[in-house]
Amino acid sequence: MAKTIVQEFTKGLWDEIPPFRLVLGLCPTLAVTKSVENGLGMGLATTFVIVGSNILVSMLRNIIPSKVRIACFIVVIATFVTVVELLMQAYTYPLFLTLGIFIPLIVVNCIVLGRAEAFAFKNPVLPSLADGLGIGIGFTLALGSLGAVRELFGNGTLLGAQIMPASFQPFGFMVQAPGAFVCLGLMLCVMNVLGKK
Amino acid sequence: MDFILLAISCIFVNNILLAQYLGNCPFLGTSKKMDTAVGMAMAVVFVLVLAGVITWVTEYFLLRPLGLEYLRTIAFILVIAALVQFVEMFLKKSIPALYAGLGIFLPLITTNCAVLGVCLININEEYNFITSLITSVAYAAGFGLALVLFAGVRERILLARVPKPLQDTSIGLVTAGMLALTFYAFKGMV
Repeated sequence: MAKTIVQEFTKGLWDEIPPFRLVLGLCPTLAVTKSVENGLGMGLATTFVIVGSNILVSMLRNIIPSKVRIACFIVVIATFVTVVELLMQAYTYPLFLTLGIFIPLIVVNCIVLGRAEAFAFKNPVLPSLADGLGIGIGFTLALGSLGAVRELFGNGTLLGAQIMPASFQPFGFMVQAPGAFVCLGLMLCVMNVLGKK
Repeated sequence: MDFILLAISCIFVNNILLAQYLGNCPFLGTSKKMDTAVGMAMAVVFVLVLAGVITWVTEYFLLRPLGLEYLRTIAFILVIAALVQFVEMFLKKSIPALYAGLGIFLPLITTNCAVLGVCLININEEYNFITSLITSVAYAAGFGLALVLFAGVRERILLARVPKPLQDTSIGLVTAGMLALTFYAFKGMV
């Protein structure tokens, strides 16, 4: 049992890491990864929602009738999103302002709904918790690394600290919308090459 | 004149898919074939306009008078989910041809962040009813335009020899980047 829980956790970190392996939840991925900080903030907020909704859905899985399960999942997820929204407004106000509309939009992040449907509805609480944590941390890592690449080349900084030499000309394309698409596409390509081994 | 400018800016300059990054999952998921892209685009136009109107009414006649703004996320997603369900039943009964055309794309729209996103933008920007209606129509049109254009490009890519690691989603994203770059050229217009 202990081993399978570890497996549920680690699969989210590499084998099924969103958004690279499961191409879901692209909107926040593209929109908020202008810097490492935003990426990590968004990732952690999403992790909280995935873990919370996974636990609750898994606890309620014998009560929820399967015909109306999607509606029930959405209510559960929306509840946790509201919690995150209010918490961020209270404690991390600048980040709340930068992420803006994308915090309420975690509700429609397909990764969260996908985990509730594919995993939490069929499994007990503990594996669901591990699964949610793994997928959430995987998502956070992915957003953080995408944010790192874009911030490094687009601004010459990492977490706000100057990394590139002063003569570096910022590659503005990377922090704009088109750069987000191209950068994610190329990272997907790198993941495919690495995964081939 | 203001309305025309607003509409143009929503369709081209702030294109919902390519500049606001909303609704990207169906953008990549349904753009492999022209038929599915057109179906998805039509379904989004249909639901987005209705949802824009209904969430505006919910916000100003239900949430604000009762001081329940903090429940906005839950209220909107429930309204949209119910709306999609209702539209589905209504179309099935009265316009079966359109229902068959939209098919599987209709239920998928509940979790399309473009729909919820536009509703939230309308509220955040404090738009009045007419302005919300125009932005909803214009954003939906922009969604359809970008999706259909992208599907056309992607059908061509099927015929090209793409390096193995870049295949499928990867090249799709790079292509979307190029398309976003062309839309970027509209930035100076408004």
